[in-house]
Amino acid sequence: MKGRETMNQTAITASSRKLLNLGVPSLETTAAWLLAIVWIFPLLYAIWAAFHPSAFMVRFDLLAPLTLENFANAWAQAPFARYYVNTFLLVTGVVLAQFVVCTLAGFAFARFPIPGKDILFMLVLIQLFVFPEVLIVENYRIASGLGLVDTITGIGLPYVASAFGIFLLRQTFKTIPRELEEAARVEGCGWMAILLKVYVPLAKPTYLAYGLVSISHHWNNFLWPLVVTNSVESRPLTVGLGIFSAPETGVNWATVSAATLLSIAPLLVAFLLFQRQFVQSFLRAGIR
Amino acid sequence: MLIRHADRRMQIYGALLLLPAAVLLGTFAYLPTVATLINSFFLPGFRGAPPEFVGLENYAMLVEDATFWKVARNNLIYALGTIPTSIALALGMALFVNARLPGRGFVRMAYFTPTILPMIAAANIWMFFYAPQIGLFNKLLGALGLSGVNWLGDPSMALTSVIVMTVWKEAGFFMIFYLAALQSIPPELEEASDLEGTSRWSFFWRVTFPLLMPTTLFVLINALINAVRVVDHLFILTKGGPNNATNLLLYYVYENAFSFFDRTYAATITVVILLVLAVVATLKFTVLDHRTHYQ
Amino acid sequence: MNARFSLAKDSLAKRSRMGAAAVAGLLAAGSLNAQAQAQTELTMYYPVAVGGALTDVIDGLVAEFENEHPDIAVNAIYAGNYDDTRVRAMSAIEANEAPQLSVLFSIDLFDLLEQDVILAFDEVVETDEEREWLDSFYPGLMENGQIDGQTYGIPFQRSTIVLYWNKDAFEAAGLDPETPPETWQEMAEMAAAVREASGGEQWGVMVPSTGYPYWMFQAFAFQNGHRLMNEEGTEVYFDDPAAIEALEYWVALADEHEAMPDGTIEWGTLRQNFLEESTAMMWHSTGNLTAVRNEASFDFGVAMLPMKEQRGSPTGGGNFYLFKGSSEEEQHAAMTFIRWMTDPERAAAWSIETGYMGVSPAAYETEALRNYVEEFPPAAVARDQLEHATAELATYQGGRVRRALDNAVQAALTGQMSPEEALKQAQAEADAALRRYARSR
Repeated sequence: MKGRETMNQTAITASSRKLLNLGVPSLETTAAWLLAIVWIFPLLYAIWAAFHPSAFMVRFDLLAPLTLENFANAWAQAPFARYYVNTFLLVTGVVLAQFVVCTLAGFAFARFPIPGKDILFMLVLIQLFVFPEVLIVENYRIASGLGLVDTITGIGLPYVASAFGIFLLRQTFKTIPRELEEAARVEGCGWMAILLKVYVPLAKPTYLAYGLVSISHHWNNFLWPLVVTNSVESRPLTVGLGIFSAPETGVNWATVSAATLLSIAPLLVAFLLFQRQFVQSFLRAGIR
Repeated sequence: MLIRHADRRMQIYGALLLLPAAVLLGTFAYLPTVATLINSFFLPGFRGAPPEFVGLENYAMLVEDATFWKVARNNLIYALGTIPTSIALALGMALFVNARLPGRGFVRMAYFTPTILPMIAAANIWMFFYAPQIGLFNKLLGALGLSGVNWLGDPSMALTSVIVMTVWKEAGFFMIFYLAALQSIPPELEEASDLEGTSRWSFFWRVTFPLLMPTTLFVLINALINAVRVVDHLFILTKGGPNNATNLLLYYVYENAFSFFDRTYAATITVVILLVLAVVATLKFTVLDHRTHYQ
Repeated sequence: MNARFSLAKDSLAKRSRMGAAAVAGLLAAGSLNAQAQAQTELTMYYPVAVGGALTDVIDGLVAEFENEHPDIAVNAIYAGNYDDTRVRAMSAIEANEAPQLSVLFSIDLFDLLEQDVILAFDEVVETDEEREWLDSFYPGLMENGQIDGQTYGIPFQRSTIVLYWNKDAFEAAGLDPETPPETWQEMAEMAAAVREASGGEQWGVMVPSTGYPYWMFQAFAFQNGHRLMNEEGTEVYFDDPAAIEALEYWVALADEHEAMPDGTIEWGTLRQNFLEESTAMMWHSTGNLTAVRNEASFDFGVAMLPMKEQRGSPTGGGNFYLFKGSSEEEQHAAMTFIRWMTDPERAAAWSIETGYMGVSPAAYETEALRNYVEEFPPAAVARDQLEHATAELATYQGGRVRRALDNAVQAALTGQMSPEEALKQAQAEADAALRRYARSR
């Protein structure tokens, strides 16, 4: 792992060191800002389109009247409320189930003498590459056989035993000193109690990081949910949005913009509020 | 004896802990992988008839299927188009944000925001840009007196348009890994080079870039995987058209399995994807893991 | 069946069959089984392929039906475009949750037969009255729904392709705003005239070439006197000289007459293009009529497509199908619902709301539709064109065959291949697909 710990400290020294050479915006600054504007522009444009009558889609006029009508239309034309509930249940369910399954497996890999452990671990890691989307055809058949088609369980279950989660938690558990475990044992704790009282609390940052990454991933996931859901009862936001805005329906653009914003709003707001945690989480979860 | 016994209990306990994960991985990763391979040797059964074993016929069809080769080629171009560009941009962004910069927080947020949007939402937004005649890009070109481009409708342009959108979506994600890596480079190194009068350019190429190598490899692996697995945007932007100009392997699998009712041919294409991923995995486990010792 | 908007709270306890505590988090939702009720519950999937809030219209109709028939509950599920809807219905069947009925693409008939999932209406009708009902629709709309003397599809959201023209634009170009083009020649000339008069600001005509390119192409081919497939759905004739000529004309609209933009034209955004006046004419489904009427800020007209050898348009759109595996009671409930939905009054209301055709002559005789047509004559164009209509391209292996033709059309329009090359290739691909099918049958 690379030095997360030094991150803040480094940033401080770096900025204090360079505080002196302020001046006109350099070429670099201009480029950085230009790129930032280009990068954020699509989103700003979507916001513009969603809050103005469709006549102003491609006519920029600061005095254009603002309207919420597009949102009302989108809300009325598709059961977004239900999609929200589905996505919320899906994301919560997947993340909680992942926490349980990956904690147990990660703990086993970190602390238990299992024969052939290294090979087993390699087998787990294969799932980093062979993910449910690639196997849509067969996974669909399996989900179908288990009666999971068109259920939220069906969308989430293939992702529960996440190799990534197992890997992260194993790494974290390995860094926890055995002495802490011994101390708990002296107090008469069994393995489960040790896991819950020693390991899990100390791995909190990992859970946070993994949780945020997993939430964003499942909030945004599309292909597998598309394949495995049939009806409004289980359809998550992305699939609902995909169906709603597929171009052949010829839905009004302003309405599509509004629907798009509706679907991304919760995650986007959460991101803007907890930007630091998000970035740190993606980072922590990404570096293996 | 006692120790042996305790060991054994530990083993059983450990195995039990692994059990839920093992069952789920078995059901949704290993079993379908094996089944995919098996199914690729069959033809689908129609009207309730059982599938028919045909050996390698599906593979023979695949080799002769011009569409498959086109799709495979598209995927390669897509990978070559998205990966180096987004990596270069990500690195540039990270350098910008790592430096002292007015409004750094905003800039970083701007770079990173596309990452948290669903691909479907991103595609919706870009659809407005790309629409011919009335889309934003062509309106802008029109304002400059240039004639518009049929971004998604012209086969020579469509894949590029899809690539541009993907780069926009992905660069910010890769940026944060570079950012972290940059921040872990001791500042003393740069101070020392400042004293020696090394130019920033050569400092970057001689010190920073090599130090970032593990990150680059890591990002590369991720980008390779994404180039294979993310096809969500095609559902909105092009549906693989025009004339398969933007069709990618996984989307072709979806079409075969769910639009053409040909699951076994879909399985055959999936096998090809699995082979590609196996190469990527090997790359990761050999090259990357030898360089970064995470254990 | 699934209760539509109930939340997960009562299902949490029930779904303990998964066992493992590890997956508890996922149990929060899923298929929510409502209490069995005394009424017959039906599930149906339906598509929307044109603009406007059609889901609202359907929901309204369903609610009205349920009011009138309290013993039947209909769960109508909007599932996307025609392809999506077929995929959804098929996947529900595979998961043993077959819907009792659905609105699917009329041309899915062969594939649905192939998968052995649909039921002929002839097997369900009992009374003479019901048989009469089966015969009450426009024969042109039944073509895609009947095979071997059996009826599998009842027309519902059916359309033909019509020409929409912007009268203001015609006037500005010095054309008679009330006279749409009658022939291919005229259409090319008028379109070029608009283009020129607008100084390149406005296109003359746009024919969509994504979404359903084969459908548009079929219109060109049929106008040129050529039918693209046999009735059994086992052969196609894409590389016939008449077909090649048809595609050459389509390509020439852009290349030669410079009246249409190069490259493909997006089905979905085309209506927007027409409304934004970026084109003076468009070919589109009649299903867009009401949406265009509501949003157009200029005077527009609707006409039959122009002719070469003859007038012509394929029919298009969705039919009601009955699915196997439902109880007799459910089949009858489904029939009741379908009869209610296609009843002349309803068909008239549906046509007015959307622009889709009234599916039976009786629908056009209702007061509502008669008045509507009088006040808004374009509403009758699709009906009048019906006598020149042909069945939509339907074959076994429909997905692949249509895709082959779609690709050929797009390849020709984008200049990757000549029309002849492209259609030859499509013919070869379609032949291969059909051969493969024939073998494994």
